[in-house]
Amino acid sequence: MIRAVMVISTQGKPRLLKFYEFQPPEKQQEIVRYVYGALSERPENVSNFVDADSVFGQGTRLVYKHMATLYIVFAFDSSENELAMLDLIQVFVQTLDKCFKNVCELDVIFNFNKLHTILDEMILGGQVIETNSDQILKHVDDIARIEKSSSTTSLVPKSISARFGR
Amino acid sequence: MEQLKSLGRELAMGSQGGSSKEFLDLVKSIGEARSKSEEDRIILRELETLRRRLSDPDIPRRKMKEYLLRLAYAEMLGHDASFGYIHAVKMAHDDNIMLKRTGYLTVALFLDDGHDLIILIVNTIQKDLRSDNYLVVCAALVAVCKLINEETIPAVLPQVVELLNHPKEAVRKKAVMALHRFHQKSPSSVSHLVSNFRKRLCDNDPGVMGATLCPLFDLISDDASSYKDLVVSLVSILKQVAEKRLPTAYDYHHMPAPFIQIKLLKILALLGSGDKQASNHMYAVLTEIFRKCESSSNIGNAILYECVCCVSSIYPNPKVLDAAIEATSKFLKSESHNLKYMGIDALGRLIRINPDIAEEHQLAVIDCLEDPDDTLKRKTFELLYKMTKSTNVEVIVDRMIDYMINITDNHYKTEIASRCVELAEQFAPSNQWFIQIMNKVFEHAGDLVNPRVAHNLMRLIAEGFGEDDEGADTQLRSSAVASYLRILGEPKLPSLFLQVICWVLGEYGTADGRHSASYIVGKLCDVAEAHSSDDTVKAYAVSAIMKIFAFELAAGRKVEMLPECQTLIDEVLASHSTDLQQRAYEFQALLALSPQAIENVMPPDASCEDIEIETSLPFLSNYINQAIENGARPYISESERLGTVNTITPASASHYQQDPAHSLRFEAYELPKPRAPPPSIQPSSTSSLPTISSDLVPVSEATYTTREEQHNPKVQTLADQISAEIGVRLKLEGVQKKWGQQTYSSPSAPSTSSSSTQKATNGMVTSDTIRQSSLDSRKQQIPEVSAEKQRLAASLFGKKAAERKTQGSTRRPAKESQHAVATSAPEPPEEKVVVPAVPPPDLLDLNEPSETATPTIDPFKQLEGLLGPAAGSDVASAPSPSVGAVKTPDLMSMFTDTPSIVDSKSSDKGVVSSTIAKKGPNVKEALQKDATARQVGVTPSGNNPNLFKDLLG
Repeated sequence: MIRAVMVISTQGKPRLLKFYEFQPPEKQQEIVRYVYGALSERPENVSNFVDADSVFGQGTRLVYKHMATLYIVFAFDSSENELAMLDLIQVFVQTLDKCFKNVCELDVIFNFNKLHTILDEMILGGQVIETNSDQILKHVDDIARIEKSSSTTSLVPKSISARFGR
Repeated sequence: MEQLKSLGRELAMGSQGGSSKEFLDLVKSIGEARSKSEEDRIILRELETLRRRLSDPDIPRRKMKEYLLRLAYAEMLGHDASFGYIHAVKMAHDDNIMLKRTGYLTVALFLDDGHDLIILIVNTIQKDLRSDNYLVVCAALVAVCKLINEETIPAVLPQVVELLNHPKEAVRKKAVMALHRFHQKSPSSVSHLVSNFRKRLCDNDPGVMGATLCPLFDLISDDASSYKDLVVSLVSILKQVAEKRLPTAYDYHHMPAPFIQIKLLKILALLGSGDKQASNHMYAVLTEIFRKCESSSNIGNAILYECVCCVSSIYPNPKVLDAAIEATSKFLKSESHNLKYMGIDALGRLIRINPDIAEEHQLAVIDCLEDPDDTLKRKTFELLYKMTKSTNVEVIVDRMIDYMINITDNHYKTEIASRCVELAEQFAPSNQWFIQIMNKVFEHAGDLVNPRVAHNLMRLIAEGFGEDDEGADTQLRSSAVASYLRILGEPKLPSLFLQVICWVLGEYGTADGRHSASYIVGKLCDVAEAHSSDDTVKAYAVSAIMKIFAFELAAGRKVEMLPECQTLIDEVLASHSTDLQQRAYEFQALLALSPQAIENVMPPDASCEDIEIETSLPFLSNYINQAIENGARPYISESERLGTVNTITPASASHYQQDPAHSLRFEAYELPKPRAPPPSIQPSSTSSLPTISSDLVPVSEATYTTREEQHNPKVQTLADQISAEIGVRLKLEGVQKKWGQQTYSSPSAPSTSSSSTQKATNGMVTSDTIRQSSLDSRKQQIPEVSAEKQRLAASLFGKKAAERKTQGSTRRPAKESQHAVATSAPEPPEEKVVVPAVPPPDLLDLNEPSETATPTIDPFKQLEGLLGPAAGSDVASAPSPSVGAVKTPDLMSMFTDTPSIVDSKSSDKGVVSSTIAKKGPNVKEALQKDATARQVGVTPSGNNPNLFKDLLG
């Protein structure tokens, strides 16, 4: 199963943390530090895989992708396939890109709740449930639409419509 | 440009309603923070603001959402936001779906499934699972996956099961996953629902079917046998998927539903493992996928890799195996590090089926070993670890140690160190080498290895070859002493290693007469001084000094007490550690004894001797009789005594019982019992009792037993009397156990006994061995193919490997012969891959054909684990003149000394056996010759260059 999805900036700041097995905040920070330490040491043009035995337990690995100022990292155990995970990162990034039009770090920071929504459509309980980025986007848009319609009645409409009208 | 863009973004963010402005400022100020403490200050201030605002009873709900998200952000940065958890729970109750979703999201981020607040959210989840709006249901199901714990599963289970039939496939999919999660958390809670998973496999939505594979995978990995009936349907699903029968919406980079394919292949690998019938169904579809799958895309390779894994797991089939090998070699030849990594992994799986596959890829493997990519390197070491055999162990372990020295990650360092030790113990070609490797491991990772390893090393040095060859043992020991004296010069040594060093110096430091006692004692004092905070090392050092003194005194030489040694002893006498103190006192007591007594107390090089303990102490019977005649009470054995005492006053029994757990006693104290004073045992004899009120359980330590025998007749009764009087007895067991020699000599008892049983079996199966050796000699003619291959392979691993291999083999004859036979057996020259005959994996020592696995071999293997192989195999040859026993190793000495005879085809059986006969009596010489050759650095095989020529050329 997938243990965690992390987005960490190249400065070592966590931008998005999603753990599929609960981790207390202190442990989360420790993991982020470890992962960042391991990734920042790696030279260019090497494999995208790193062992993560010491933080997530025996047989766990990280697959990461370095995009502009972000590391996108998936941690998973031996029941997943590394190359497939690499493609899952690709799906995630593609979806973000479609969602935010040319995604950048700031989008990730300010919309981390939306990122969580996207991830919830892709991965549930640590298992991959959807890999088609159009499909994911459709679900996310559905949610956004219904949120918007429910908000128009009960909340101040302007700010919300501005937020989701992008 | 980048900056401009982000500036624009900021403006856009800022305009998204006033609420985000604060958040924006927060993020900005954190981004500009120059230090961690500054950042912490900013977040703490933010949390303070949030706490104040959240405590306001009527906050607009829209604001509330914003605050919760900011809380989640602060917590992501590592700060405690627990004061806001309850607000998140409250928000999940909200009717507005946006707020509800935010509530669920933050609750899922904040709360552990064991948190107290979970109970408050269950009700909400129940309500939402019943909602008409499928998005609400989905949100609830996501929360279920994250938040429901073992206790609350029953509360939502019926609704989740109901949702398996929901019209929306997105809901069905999530319901399946929720059930899967329940199964992970508490298998028993959903055990009656397993049939639902089977049913969902036939769901008309492929997405739901794909999701069902996840729980099935878990179920099947727990128990494959009850799902064998699924093989056919799973294979047909896989076939349909691979043939692109699914809607194109499931394609990913032109691959049809790759994640489903991968899951299916994983499940098939489990189902087909060791099951020929099930595997039969799979070959066709696997071949199909191998043929169709394009290796240009990443995901295509993912599927190919999964196919290889599947092939290596199921019952082997030559055709599919070939396809898998081909795919693997493509991975290995690829430029991409990712693919190389997968290739190495796949190779590691395939060699379990056929070890020869690796040979073709030696170069690629070596390349990966040299690669700057650390992940790839580690994976390659894992592969090498699986490939290690007696022929390449030296190169591989050397490589591993070189790598180990440079890693900083303790977790991995521990792992690789323990692997080095394991390989060295299993395959070591010689004791010398083994000790060298152990020294290196200790030096560089000493604090990370298991103490057991240190004890094994000490035992190996003490017991040596386990043979009568004292000369070699002495040489081994003096070389160990020399290397340790040298190593002591190093600045920082791990504690465990120092213990080994102290022990060896104490036991054998002066044994060869090369070093004077005072020199060794001086060194030991230095160690103790340099590690004054480490009591264990100090204790080892003191004991070692004591031994040196004892040996010298026993030999009638005078030893002068060095001033630093005196200082050390004085210091230790006043130590807080009772263990250290005791050692020092014993040391002092020992110095006062006569040489004969010392020799009895501390015999040199006797650490592994068994100590016979006469528990009945017959030599005292005269004394006892005399005492009884004089009116002493006769001794009553403990059991009798307990029985009688029990009948009188149950409470007083606890005096005698000495409950080891020291449990609390709840009954009242008994009255003091009027008791006749011990008539015959005079106070004088009590005073002659020194510290030893210790128990008389057999102590395998020379010091104690002999001393007790000398000075304490009737200790047993005395001790009992004393214990009866005092009520409590000093427990010295713990202290004694720490005694350096003992920790180590006690495990040696079983090992000696096992070796004696070995001899017995060895004697018994002589006829077997004879038959086998003739069998071996026949087999010897075949191995030239594999032997050459191995030499080639070994030389690929390192230049010297080829020669080393032949050298090494003399030391471990039995093993080597097995090995040669083993490799030759599975591949007769005509047909190449006839693997299936070989039952699955014996990773480490190849697949041994059954003929070699005669009882003679098994016990060695046990011993090898303890001693390192060399000792094991030499014990084998120890029983001496029996024909069979000599023959087995002899074959080998012949094999190595003049490999040509075996290797060249011309030699027929007769020749071989005649050489055996001729060479028979000279095993020892051959060994000796080889040993000297090794020292000089000449390969014995080098003597006959011509013979090699026709073999290699």
